Amino acid sequence: MEIVVFIQSIDGIPNNNSLESLCAAQKISETKNGNVHAITFDKDVANNLTTFDLANIIYVSNDELKDYNPLYYLKSLELLCNEINPNLIICGHSYQTRDWVPRLSARLDYPFISDCINFSDEGEINFTRPIYQAKLNEKISLSGNGIVSFQAGSFSKDELAQGNSSINEKSLDLSGVELTINPGERFKESADGIDLSTAEVIVSIGRGLSKEENIPLAKSLAEKLNAQIGASRPVVDAGWLDHSYQIGSSGQTVSPKLYLAVGISGAIQHLVGMKGSKNIMAINKDPNAPIFEISDYAVVGDIFEILPKLIEQL
Amino acid sequence: MKICVLIKQVASEDSSLVLNDDKLTFDSGSINFVSNEPDTYALEEALLLKENNNAEVTVCTFGSDSCRQVLKDALAKGADNGIFISNEGIDDSSPINIAKVITSCIKDQNFDLILSGLQSNDIGYSQIGLLIAEYLDTSHASLVMGTEILDNNNKVKVKLELENGWFQWSELSLPSSLTIQSGINTPRYATLKGIMSVKNKEVKEYSKDNISYTENNNYKVVERFLPQKSKETMTIDGSPDEIAEKMLDVLKNKLRLVQ
Repeated sequence: MEIVVFIQSIDGIPNNNSLESLCAAQKISETKNGNVHAITFDKDVANNLTTFDLANIIYVSNDELKDYNPLYYLKSLELLCNEINPNLIICGHSYQTRDWVPRLSARLDYPFISDCINFSDEGEINFTRPIYQAKLNEKISLSGNGIVSFQAGSFSKDELAQGNSSINEKSLDLSGVELTINPGERFKESADGIDLSTAEVIVSIGRGLSKEENIPLAKSLAEKLNAQIGASRPVVDAGWLDHSYQIGSSGQTVSPKLYLAVGISGAIQHLVGMKGSKNIMAINKDPNAPIFEISDYAVVGDIFEILPKLIEQL
Repeated sequence: MKICVLIKQVASEDSSLVLNDDKLTFDSGSINFVSNEPDTYALEEALLLKENNNAEVTVCTFGSDSCRQVLKDALAKGADNGIFISNEGIDDSSPINIAKVITSCIKDQNFDLILSGLQSNDIGYSQIGLLIAEYLDTSHASLVMGTEILDNNNKVKVKLELENGWFQWSELSLPSSLTIQSGINTPRYATLKGIMSVKNKEVKEYSKDNISYTENNNYKVVERFLPQKSKETMTIDGSPDEIAEKMLDVLKNKLRLVQ
């Protein structure tokens, strides 16, 4: 079985999620007696990969690939896959993957099983992915060729098998690509407002708080606990708090001693940003809220009845 | 300019989602259907573009008969016409096949823009709009936070959300397929006049017999199931007073965060 792993990188640093997915690829290749081909567009990243146990490191040196343009990425992978004929293409489930890998799926006619959290070898390989905002999982079987992306944290890069791999440098003919997409410079909206990555305690608020007027309730709890305030995406989208408070895949990743989730249901994009917290306590009316799946303390009840009483006693 | 908005009907957030014995489908009594929330931002963006650029907005859905409702809701909000693609007898469980079916129904309409929500709140492939971009050989962008039509309707400038708080502007040649990030605008409600107008608006119908595509059978859903818990969870319940007391006990004695 030939397995291709695309290693996303920026400024010479490989994306963590790509390395985790490389580990997944090694584990799959172990059960299927396969070869893992890592593909990178960055020379430093290629050098870093040589310490892992891989069949092949392909470094594509074209200038067109220095900055991300989905059309060049697509053409490159199309050309490389025509040579390698992979059975499986694996990537981390990053924003960038979500942007260009679906098109690769259409171009190669390889179905794309996105956002997976695990695999199992049951003759065919089955992949598990969360659905309905992580309330359920589904198992997808892949017969024949396909593409898989793994969610951040599904595998550990510390478990990457070490080895001594060599680099195969290539230059591809990308001249035929018609540039209908022209990305500009990347920029940040506001100077990094709040840094939640070092917070000991975070009181994080979600849509369950119902309205902006209820934010002071959460803030007074945070004050009593000497905590920082965080938020889930809907709260930021609604304009109750600034984007810099957002925790999750499009915001900050945190791992405080206590993460107290107030009215957060636990959409997968949020969980990615906080599941590394040492202790998770969640308050939610719905006993089936997905946040409880990863909580140490599941408080089932009405925020507006519980919080005033708790604040009073603190 | 012609805009197509892809809208999916999904289970509402408060649906109890009881699986049938086949471990694939749901007890119909356990689901309330709504328009996929991320798609409502795509529709609103299309309606705003229509107001500023004199566009025609078509809404398109693929699914069972009940999905006609999402078209009616969108037409009531101001879309001009609809496309209903029936899933009867069609494999709708793999993203690649769904995109092939939709492509075959819309390819002759020469849309300048195809808009869809970032992902659906049910199965959440987050692929369909981008697969269609490839099948129709158009430009694309994902996680779009803002749109602006340029250059006499030949280009669209989009603001993209990247990882870790980064953003980027990108210029795309039309036609293009964009997936819209939630929160980009404030979706409108239907007006009474809008609701009255629905019956006069055309909805084109497609079904198995008038769709041709090459099915890919590599992707099969084996089963759906409740996730196994990854850690021990202590449930705290009771009256509000009891709960507050138990929480305080944990904060004091287990976590030692308060005196």
